[in-house]
Formats: sequence, structure tokens, C-alpha cells
Amino acid sequence: MDDAGTVIAFWVLSAATISSAAATAAVRNLIHAVVLLVVSFMGVAGLYITLSADFVAVTQILIYAGAISVLMVFAIVLTPRGERGNAEGFLRLPALLLAGLVAVTLIFVAVDTEWVISDRPGFQETASVIGEALLDRYVLPFEIASVLLLVAMLGAIVLVRPDSAMEDE
Amino acid sequence: MTEWYDFRDIGNAVGALLDQIRDWGAPDWVPYVAATLIGIVGILLWAVLSVLAFIWIERRVVGLMQNRIGPNRVGPQGLLQPVADAIKLLLKEAITTTNADRYMFWLGPILVFIPTIVVFAPIPFGEEMVLADLNVGVLFLIAIASINTLAVFIAGWSSNNKYALLGAMRTIAMLISYEIIQVLALLGVVLFVGSMRLGDIIGWQLDHDVWLIVLQPVAVLCYIIAGAVEMNRSPMDIAEAESEIVAGYHTEYGGIKFGFFYQAEYLAGFAITAVVVTLYLGGYTLFGLEQWVPGWLIFLGKLYGFFFTYIWFRGTLPRLRIDQLMAFAWKFLLPISILNVLLVGSEVLLWKEAGLESQLAIPLFAVINGAFAVAVVVGWATALGHSAPRHTAHRAILTQEVGAIFYGEAAPRP
Amino acid sequence: MSVGLEHYLVVGAVLFAVGLYLALAKRNFVGVLMGIELMFNAVNLTFVSFSRFAESPNPLDGHVFVIFVITVSAAEAATALALAVLLYRVKDTISVDEIDMLRW
Repeated sequence: MDDAGTVIAFWVLSAATISSAAATAAVRNLIHAVVLLVVSFMGVAGLYITLSADFVAVTQILIYAGAISVLMVFAIVLTPRGERGNAEGFLRLPALLLAGLVAVTLIFVAVDTEWVISDRPGFQETASVIGEALLDRYVLPFEIASVLLLVAMLGAIVLVRPDSAMEDE
Repeated sequence: MTEWYDFRDIGNAVGALLDQIRDWGAPDWVPYVAATLIGIVGILLWAVLSVLAFIWIERRVVGLMQNRIGPNRVGPQGLLQPVADAIKLLLKEAITTTNADRYMFWLGPILVFIPTIVVFAPIPFGEEMVLADLNVGVLFLIAIASINTLAVFIAGWSSNNKYALLGAMRTIAMLISYEIIQVLALLGVVLFVGSMRLGDIIGWQLDHDVWLIVLQPVAVLCYIIAGAVEMNRSPMDIAEAESEIVAGYHTEYGGIKFGFFYQAEYLAGFAITAVVVTLYLGGYTLFGLEQWVPGWLIFLGKLYGFFFTYIWFRGTLPRLRIDQLMAFAWKFLLPISILNVLLVGSEVLLWKEAGLESQLAIPLFAVINGAFAVAVVVGWATALGHSAPRHTAHRAILTQEVGAIFYGEAAPRP
Repeated sequence: MSVGLEHYLVVGAVLFAVGLYLALAKRNFVGVLMGIELMFNAVNLTFVSFSRFAESPNPLDGHVFVIFVITVSAAEAATALALAVLLYRVKDTISVDEIDMLRW
């Protein structure tokens, strides 16, 4: 992909995504960290659009930026005030080392391998093909995913029900 | 004709300008960027001017409905009232409360405003007047509306105010409940048309010579109600009910920051109405009239005409309580929307498999869907126990006569 | 200057490493969850970039995988946050350093 728009978009979006992800680790306020995480989600959605994955990009915005971030801020609001400092635990140096090693390994693999790249142009319309695939080849995972969502929903509701409601029975 | 002054399609003028730029020898990406910038500036200008106009229109119309004159002091017939409002908001001191989270407090109004503008990008204002004709247009509209939840939370949280946070939580609960209903309502349209592109949906309505509102009465009902909730407007303005929660998540905002919220409310209204007009009411087409009348004029006419319905709601209906609103969403609208998707799916399957003629299929489906709408609304409401009013009206009798007034029972005969 | 598969894979690798650091080093439960979500995003980005560039008879399978990953991560985030709220009720803390009831 070598037209100027895609290249500029890629560099800007990658810089935004990686810097906001790094800032998520660095800021001292947990809610700021969640907002920066949402910025990195939107950056990833932008990267999907440069890869002509329009359906996945919009799904990413809808679910990650719209729903999961709200879940996280609700969890922060419902939990104690003293722990909102986004501090690191006692494992921060080993974790930094491990993360660095993982990054170096993955980057080396990514750059060094001879990938078999096809010269296909970008996708024209992904939604209908994804829909057909979901109901044709991947129908079993599709149904299992719907059962999983139901189970997760019920589980979350049951877990946070107040205890008095269960003692009455 | 495609002369540049043919204003039936403003794209003609823009196209002529871009050709001129290309003739001057600019590199390839300049016309593209110029077209995008012109589109963005055009949408922003139109949005802001519409909001200014509708501040006056809404207050006068609601005043007429409430049997009073609206604002009529500033300028002839009060027409300069929006200008006065804008000047007041600009000159007011925009206070940032102490202990408020400074960066998020500043970010709140901006984040609330951005989705309401971005949602106008895939909407076709005319034949070729789309800023970004996305293949996943319908899903994009829903996704951008879902960013509102986070923006409302940031605004409410950063105010460092209990009532603001409470208002923000209530608003978020409302918004996420009605998001699902929005998606299911729009799913019916996508099933009929077979594509998520807004241009294709309008083309389908033009080809089959029918507006999707007659084929999808349940979905339109659900979407209008869900849209009214997404707008935070009366009768669902729990977030800003002055008598209840002191203006909810924008309590602490003053000056131009409140101006952003105010404007975002109107723009959200226009956005929801634009979606209804595009998907259900035929967009910029009017059964062939768009050959003489500019398409964007038809679109704006429908937009403003349908927005009158929402102004009507505001003027007439009382405000709903939060638990009434949530019960309505989860117990009433959600089962209806799911049944609607079921019905629409089976209809489309029947249509494709049996190979019915469009002439036969569409009136048939319109009648079936209309009957289904009436049946399911009345039937489900009765099944939930809301068929007969709980309190019979009674004549008020003088306290002197009986010593008290009985509430809920028929008046005793003196 | 063109942008190819390696660029996207490097971005995915860096995001994964940042997510790994967040998941291992943060003291707050929600911080750990943020790291996990970042790792999911990095993996999704890798899937989509492979689906765009690599040779395959069904290139859009990558997108289908991504949709499943997003779905499962949403379910997992909901359950994890319910657990966080419950844990705060029981143990009155949400710091992962102090949740050691199952340690030997």
C-alpha cells in the first residue's frame, strides 16, 4: 500500500495508538488511563480502516469504545477510592524486562520472516462475506459464542446480586 | 444538466471547483482533500445554522402548544433570540470548579459534541452529496452514537459533583438500554434492503416506490422512541430535569461549555431525525419529484418536518421516571423488536425463496406488518397488565361535604 | 515509502508488549484488565493485517476470527469486572497484591 493517504494515516494512527497505550501505563490516575485506553482503541479502529476492514473497525468502535470502556469506568467507580492511583505492583521490573523481550522477539520474527504476500487490492465489501462465513463455515462457533454471551451475562448478574436477595430464599 | 450553477446537486459546483484546481496542475491528492474539507465545512455550517434557527422555532412552537407566546422581545418576533443566547453563552464566565479533574472537565463538552457531528458523515443529503458513503453506514451510525455513553460519563465524573455523577449514571443506563433497541429496529431495514449502505437503502426505496415506514411500523415506533431517549429530550430528559437532579451531568458547566452541550442536544436530535428520514422516509427522494426540486431541499424539508414531531413530544408529554423508562425498554420494546426481526426475516426469506413479485409482495408485507404492529403492541401491553387504566376518574367533591377526598375510587354520592 | 505487512505486525507486537506489561505489573485489578484488553487488540490487529496481505483461499476468515475475539473479550470483561466488584465487597480491597487467599 503505497499511496500517500494510507501511509500518512498509518503513521499518525500508529503513533497515536502506541503513545496512548504507553501513556496508559504511565499516568497516575486510573480514569485518565481508561480514557487513554479508549484513544488507543480508536487508533486500532483507524488502523483497521487503513487495512480496508470496515466492518471490523466499526464493530471495534461499537463494542470496545462504546461498551467495554463503560464497563471499566463503572468498575472503577464501584471500587475503593484509595486504589485509583494506577500504581505498579512489586513485579514491575521483571514485567518490564519480560515485555521488552517479548517485543523484541515478535518484532524480529515479524521483520525477518519471508511472508507470502499476495498482490490483492483492498477488500471491497467485507460485511456480506463475513455474514455468509459466519452462517456457513463458522456456524458452530457462532452459536457457541451466543451461548457464551448469555452465560457471561447471567453470571455477571448473579455474581453482583446483593447478598440479602439470596438470604431471603 | 451538469453546469456548475445547477443547484439541484451542489456537487456540481464543487465538482467544477475541483476540476479547476486540477487544471491548475495541483498534485492528485489536493482535489480529494479539498472535497473533504468543503464537505466538512458545509456540514458544520449547516448544523450550526440549523441549531440557531431551531432554538427560536422550538421555543415558539412549544410556547404555542402551551398556550403562551414564546420569546418575542429580542428582535422582530423574537427572531434574534438565538443570537442573544449565543452571545450570552460566549460572554459568560466558564468556571472550572476546584477539585474538578481539569483535563477531563475541559474534554467533556468536546467529547459530547464530536459524535453528534461525525454521525452526519455517511448520511446522503442529496444524490451525490455524501461525505463518506460507507459500506457499513448503518452500523457506523450506531457505533458513533455509542461513544456518547463514555462522553457523558467523562462529563459527569469530572465535575466532582454527586448530582452530576448520579445524572451521568442514569443517562448511561438509559443510553445503553435503548442502544440495543436501536440496533434491532435498524436491523429490520437492513434485512429488507440487503445492504448497510445508506445510498443503497434510499435506492431501494426509490426502486420499489415505497417508503420503508409502511413496511416496518414496529421498527419505526421503536426507533423513534429509542431516538428520543438518545437525544436526552423531553419526555425522557431525566438527565437535565431541573426539578429532579439540578441539570444532571452538565450541572457544573457554564458559559460556552454549556453551549456545547446545548448545541449537542439539538444536533443529536437532527442526527436521529436524519437517520429516520434516510432509512424510513425515503431520504432525499420524493417519488420522482427530485428531478425538479433539489434533493437536499426535499431532505431538509423532511428533516425539519419530522423534527416537529419531537418538538411536539416535548410540548405535550410529561416526563418519564427512570424506572418507568428502563422497564419500558427491557420489558416492552425489546421483545417487540425481536419479534419484528423474526417476522421480517421470515418475510424476506419468503420473498426471495418463493420469488414473489414486488408488486404483490410489498403491499402484502405492508398489510401483514401493519396488522402485526397493532396486534403485538396491544397484545403485549395487555399481557403485561397495562390495558385498562388503573385509576378511574372521579369527580372531586367538596371537602366540606364528606370531610376528605378518596383517591382512586369512584366519588361517593353525597 | 510504502506500508506493508511488517509495519502492522510491528505495531501489533509493540501493543502486545505494552499490554503484557500492564497485565503483569499493575496493582489495580482494572489496570490488569486494561492490559488484557490491549493484548486482545494487538492480536486482532495481527489477524486483520494477515487477512489483508497474506495469500489465502478465504481471506476474510481473519475478520471472522476478530469478531469472535471481540465477542469473547466482551464477555470476559463483563465477568472479570463483576468479579472485581464482588472481590471488593468480600475483601475490601482491589489490589492484586493483597488477594492471596489461595496462596500456599
